[in-house]
Amino acid sequence: MTDDLTRLHAHEMAVLLRAGSVSARELATVHLDLAERQDRGLHAWLTIDRERALAEADAADARTTAARAEGPAGGTSGAGGLDRLHPLHGIPIALKDLVSVKGGQCTAGSRILDGYRSPYDAHITERLREAGAVILGKTNMDEFAMGSSTEHSAYGPTANPWDLGRVPGGSSGGSAAAVAAYHAPLSIGTDTGGSIRQPAALCGIVGMKPTYGRVSRYGIVAFASSLDQIGPFARDARDAAALLHAVAGRDDRDSTSSPTPVPDALLHLAASDDEAASTLRGKRLGLPREYFVPGMEPGVEARVREAVATLEAAGAIVEEVSLPHTEYGLATYYIVAPAEASANLARYDGIRYGRRVGGESDVLAGYLATRGQGFGPEVKRRIMLGTYALSTGYYDAYYLKAQKVRTLIKGDFDALWAQGFDALVAPTSPTVAFPFGARLADPVSMYLSDACTLPVNMAGLPGISIPAGLSEGMPVGLQLIGAPWSEVALLQLARGYEAITATVDWRSLEPADLAALDDPATPTPGIRMKVGS
Amino acid sequence: MTVDPTLARDRYEAVIGIEVHCQLRTASKMFCACSTTYDGAAPNTHACPVCLGLPGALPVINRRAVELVLLTGIAIQATSPAATRWDRKNYFYPDLPKGYQISQYDLPLASGGRLIVETSAGPFTIGITRAHLEEDTAKLIHATAGDGRKVSLIDFNRSGAPLMEIVTDPDLRTAEQARRYAEELQLLLRTIGASDADMDRGQMRVEANVSLRLRGTEPFGTRVEVKNMNSFRSVERAIDFEIARQAAALDASEAIRQETRGWSDDRGVTYRMRSKETSDDYRYFPEPDLPPLHVDPAWLADLRASMPELPAARRVRYETQLGLSAYDASVLAADPDATMLFEATIATRDGVAGVAPKAAANWVSGEYLRLRKAASDDAPIRVDATELATIIRAVEDGTLSRSNGKEVLELHATTGAAASTIIAERGYHQISDTDAVGAAVDAVLAANPQAVADYRAGKEQAVGFLVGQVMKATRGQANAALVQVAVRARLDTAE
Repeated sequence: MTDDLTRLHAHEMAVLLRAGSVSARELATVHLDLAERQDRGLHAWLTIDRERALAEADAADARTTAARAEGPAGGTSGAGGLDRLHPLHGIPIALKDLVSVKGGQCTAGSRILDGYRSPYDAHITERLREAGAVILGKTNMDEFAMGSSTEHSAYGPTANPWDLGRVPGGSSGGSAAAVAAYHAPLSIGTDTGGSIRQPAALCGIVGMKPTYGRVSRYGIVAFASSLDQIGPFARDARDAAALLHAVAGRDDRDSTSSPTPVPDALLHLAASDDEAASTLRGKRLGLPREYFVPGMEPGVEARVREAVATLEAAGAIVEEVSLPHTEYGLATYYIVAPAEASANLARYDGIRYGRRVGGESDVLAGYLATRGQGFGPEVKRRIMLGTYALSTGYYDAYYLKAQKVRTLIKGDFDALWAQGFDALVAPTSPTVAFPFGARLADPVSMYLSDACTLPVNMAGLPGISIPAGLSEGMPVGLQLIGAPWSEVALLQLARGYEAITATVDWRSLEPADLAALDDPATPTPGIRMKVGS
Repeated sequence: MTVDPTLARDRYEAVIGIEVHCQLRTASKMFCACSTTYDGAAPNTHACPVCLGLPGALPVINRRAVELVLLTGIAIQATSPAATRWDRKNYFYPDLPKGYQISQYDLPLASGGRLIVETSAGPFTIGITRAHLEEDTAKLIHATAGDGRKVSLIDFNRSGAPLMEIVTDPDLRTAEQARRYAEELQLLLRTIGASDADMDRGQMRVEANVSLRLRGTEPFGTRVEVKNMNSFRSVERAIDFEIARQAAALDASEAIRQETRGWSDDRGVTYRMRSKETSDDYRYFPEPDLPPLHVDPAWLADLRASMPELPAARRVRYETQLGLSAYDASVLAADPDATMLFEATIATRDGVAGVAPKAAANWVSGEYLRLRKAASDDAPIRVDATELATIIRAVEDGTLSRSNGKEVLELHATTGAAASTIIAERGYHQISDTDAVGAAVDAVLAANPQAVADYRAGKEQAVGFLVGQVMKATRGQANAALVQVAVRARLDTAE
């Protein structure tokens, strides 16, 4: 362990908290200090709420003191006061700025929600509070989670800590960059087509999209209701598992959340590398050939194939498999997601909250001005796509057809689970992080960033991206995809891979541009970006 | 317009379909826990993130609302699908916070039903296309602010209240059928407890689609939607007006415009509200925030078993089994409270036989309904069936005069006191003794020589006056039938 608390994993911080050698207030303070000092150059955060965070940290410390006073191994349960604390107790965390926190801003990266303060907590916010986590602030994102680079944030883009001239991925780019830059050990993102896994891959951290229905969407600003899932970012599998445990489970306020029990196994991923490595033996993994798409960077493919070979060497059985409808994933996704978004975003009309432009004498003019000025170009593009796809005369050809293809895509995966595969291994993103502006002028090239992730959303499956080395100095992600509710299995595989690569040299590398963040000459990402190309 | 509507009616046939929206009687709103008892509450006091359409809010289905639509479906002999779902109906309006209404598009909770109504031309069967569940909108209030600006205010108390839409086939041909349908539907909804269906409170909103075609021809004419009919009477008047208006236009070779027209009760006319020539594209699609709804056959069977006797069946039973007149049967069956009181009054209780149905029917359909109508909303009346039975028995066996009986009922209804207590306190005991009645009559005749003279001069009404005087003198205790006989006997014999 280093002396710098920010370099610790959450489970390491938890040990120190219980030992009394560090307080939640100290943990919050070191992270807040770092974030406030460096965010000018990174722009991972939309708000950092020091006052609230310190108050929450103090409350956590008070609970720790009370728990300690209960003494060890109280009564017959065998669980001492400290053991009853959740692993996230006192741990700092960042939330994507589409998670409602009572009294706080919630912009979803959009101008149209400027000034809106949520009067209620999201379900996961309540759960994090119960666990004792300390919310540091809210992170940057593509507007309404529509994008793969964070360049579509109305508040300016976030930089990639590995190369400040490149994007962190998106849409949860702020949450990924914050964890990669050690501003927080944990963060929350949402994934509709890859918005957790792709930025995790591009920033070199762990990011998981759980099974659809695993985490309640109540209080999360909606993009595409049938695809959106909330999930964790962390710097290792154990932390990701603990965070998932804290937020997962049935919530009566989200009718699509599942009563499937949340396994406690999430809290007990193997601590020892030997034990973790042994779980890989005999695991049957499918390697879908369609995921090695045209345009994939050779360096990315090389890292993924090396990772596969490493897994095989550790005893896993890898077979090439086919997901024949993969090629339709992108087209299908860009019907279904915009269609749902076109309705989900209709509520932003300037009447009840957020930004309003005009409309004093004419309701329609108010709608046009508010939405015309409040939404950015990508959001407008998707609202138009979705509105068109749902229109009379086009519904059957587009939306209905897309739903049928979606069933076929899901069927591809189901066939593999029926054959007994434990998981699939694939690249997360066909490329490493790209420079600012590289894909802004060509929306389809941006959409292709998610070619390997969005079929997983279409099928409602869990998927995780884990670091698998570097290509040209930039992180590459390995994606593991599982059957519904197989989060524990995926995290165990991820933990196993961490164990068998624990000593490889890239594991010890920190993001290359962290030092530049401390240089006052480093400009903010928006200034580096070429706008309007 | 000077066309005689009766002539036009001969030439054209009206084709009418009715759409009814009614608020369901649930404790909470359709998709959130906000209470539905917002009537009279301050604006925006019954609202939450869900019914305000705040970012991140999600709907949860109100089970009771679904049950009430299923119950309605059973009552109108409709079919309910094994599985249904919710759809988003997309349009922008300030009273619609999400920018879409959660409704049901192609899989309504009930479809293919019917309702039979009595009309002046006999029974008439109306096909019901569908009944589905959706959420109500907020309420817009147009006002003038303190500085004189015109402003629109929004009250979200109603936003998200459960609403059932019931649509008929285009089966109706007359305004009377439309009124009778609305009346019968209201009664049905009240009987099964689905809705209070009060038209003037907006709990039941009736819209009519009216078109005309030449009698004997098949194709439908251009359809006009008529709204803002706030009573049964205005339903009939508005449709009658619309038929006459369209007939006059057609006679004058004017095209009927496809439009929505409002009914002005004051002026007795329909007026143009907006054109419907371009149909709105609501871009319906399945609501992804709600899973499909499976209607378990066992659930449906439970609902079927819990179904109360429906008005049509009740009328038949009252006439054929209880021997009531068609009039009494329909008056009683038309009012759930009256039905309950009537049934309890004729029921045998604690070994005591109930009152004869005909007598009970007279008292309930006459006195009880009169008292209830006269009572104010602040001080509603309450009649206990046991007390009513006591009063009726006393009147029937001659110990209480009918007019005293009515007074006792009114006192019981307003104070809650027992009938026997009121009778004892007031000393009411019917005077049926012939001598006593005769003495009272003699005294009244002696005191009213003018009335006696009037009668003898041929003024028959004088009898009523004199009988009334006798009843007054005896504080209503004299047996009215005996008084009548005695007054006539004396007037006719002692010239």
